[in-house]
Amino acid sequence: MSQTVTKKLLLFFPRCECEKPIIYHLVKDHNLIVNVFRAKVTPEEEGYLVLDVTGTEEDIQRGMAFVKTFNVSINYTGKGVTWDENRCTHCGLCITYCPTGALYIADRVTREVAYDETKCIECLACIRVCPFGECASAF
Amino acid sequence: MKTYAQINNRIESGKAVVLTADEIIDYVEKKGLVTAAKEVDVVTTATFGPMCSSGCVLNFGHSKPKIRMTEAWVQDVLVYTGLAAVDVYLGATQLRYNDPANMDYPGEFRYGGGHVMEDLVAGKTLQLFALSYGTDCYPLREIRTYFTIHDLNQAIMLNPRNCYQNYNVAINDSERSLYTYMGTLEPNRKNANYCSAGQLSPLLNDPYYETIGVGTRVWLAGAHGHVYAEGTQHAGGGARTPDGIPKEGAGTLALTADMKQMRQEFVRGVSFRGYGVSLALGVGIPIPILNEDILKRTCVSDHEILAPVVDYSVEYPLNTGKVLCHVNYEQLRSGEIEVEGRKVAVGSLSSYYKALEIAHLLADEIRRGDFRLAEPIAYLPKDTTMKPLMIREKPS
Repeated sequence: MSQTVTKKLLLFFPRCECEKPIIYHLVKDHNLIVNVFRAKVTPEEEGYLVLDVTGTEEDIQRGMAFVKTFNVSINYTGKGVTWDENRCTHCGLCITYCPTGALYIADRVTREVAYDETKCIECLACIRVCPFGECASAF
Repeated sequence: MKTYAQINNRIESGKAVVLTADEIIDYVEKKGLVTAAKEVDVVTTATFGPMCSSGCVLNFGHSKPKIRMTEAWVQDVLVYTGLAAVDVYLGATQLRYNDPANMDYPGEFRYGGGHVMEDLVAGKTLQLFALSYGTDCYPLREIRTYFTIHDLNQAIMLNPRNCYQNYNVAINDSERSLYTYMGTLEPNRKNANYCSAGQLSPLLNDPYYETIGVGTRVWLAGAHGHVYAEGTQHAGGGARTPDGIPKEGAGTLALTADMKQMRQEFVRGVSFRGYGVSLALGVGIPIPILNEDILKRTCVSDHEILAPVVDYSVEYPLNTGKVLCHVNYEQLRSGEIEVEGRKVAVGSLSSYYKALEIAHLLADEIRRGDFRLAEPIAYLPKDTTMKPLMIREKPS
């Protein structure tokens, strides 16, 4: 049996396909374990979905091929929440509010802050607390 | 042992030995106080954090025809015009016109005076809108125009209070979230926030104000400025540890410098959800090692500096002065403190990373001979305390 992997994806639906049970088909037809972090339909009826999918490489590829039939663009590096490394002042205020340690002190001596996107669950706490507005949401 | 003139001579000849306030700790440990005091000329200190009592004086020059501005806005942020015709004072905490503030609580406060100052230093084009009642000598009654910092005659930062010697650790004893100038404080002491560069902070390295006084040359966001007065709320007479380190706010500095020489990355607009806007600013101050005592005090380390933990649900707003406990900066920097037997996650509003960068930038400038020290022309008071504002009946 092939090894399972987990991938974090940001799906953008230029035209929302709300009436279609896409997640259901990913689970039922493509054997994927799905963990949705965040989903949104804008007033312009564009759709955003950030999720983890877990399964074999083959199942994930088949699942994504299915998703693409809905004219969806797939971003494999997440990016629902972004952190501006160049403008961050590294005060570290965000760190106690980040529940998963995605934002963390990378260097105990210089107190440099870093962001591990794979740990981000898109709770948006950092966006509310960063005094400099350097954490942002794609939607 | 050394004089300002001797140290400046060594700086001019490019021979000055300069260390940052964190480097000096290990250096003195290794070399001993007596040897180190002979070798080291300057220790650089720094801080980067929100400094609400900041602002700047702008002079626009005169339009044709002339106007005596009586009300004015830069980027829709109100500026004070009770000065001469085209002089204004822009304050860091001023909100933008029509900002809903806390009407939709907690408000976002996305843009205000501090952000205008950042944009000004960044060289962005800004809008000026001003009104006047018109006079014989200043007939124009309304003006809308666009300018950059290069168009101004002067853009002088004028900060009545910077560089708090020490500061509170804010915590929330209540059952609801609080939105404060110390950040969002979660209910039931879930988190705490502090705001100091600790062992790098200027006045913690010169606790008795022996070298930092009125006239001291400072590095203010990349510009060379100076201390022009004691800062507002300066209270040098507060409680201290046996080593003389203040256990509360204590001393402050009033600073000024030319904004045209500043760097944007050290002048940053700040938004605190539910509270308002402010300015975060980078400051570096050199301490001349005139003798062993001054050197010894620059060796202060985070574990020796105590900060008071204060409840911001009742004690701070009601001005009771109650302190829950004291914790040291080593504990604060670990990310967790203990308050009355319970562990509390702790975060910082002040950037140690930026402070360290500034301390190194200033040290490099001094080593290159580009920054000379200035001897104070007056010293800060060591015995004053902070007076409250009394709410009194009108005297009969």
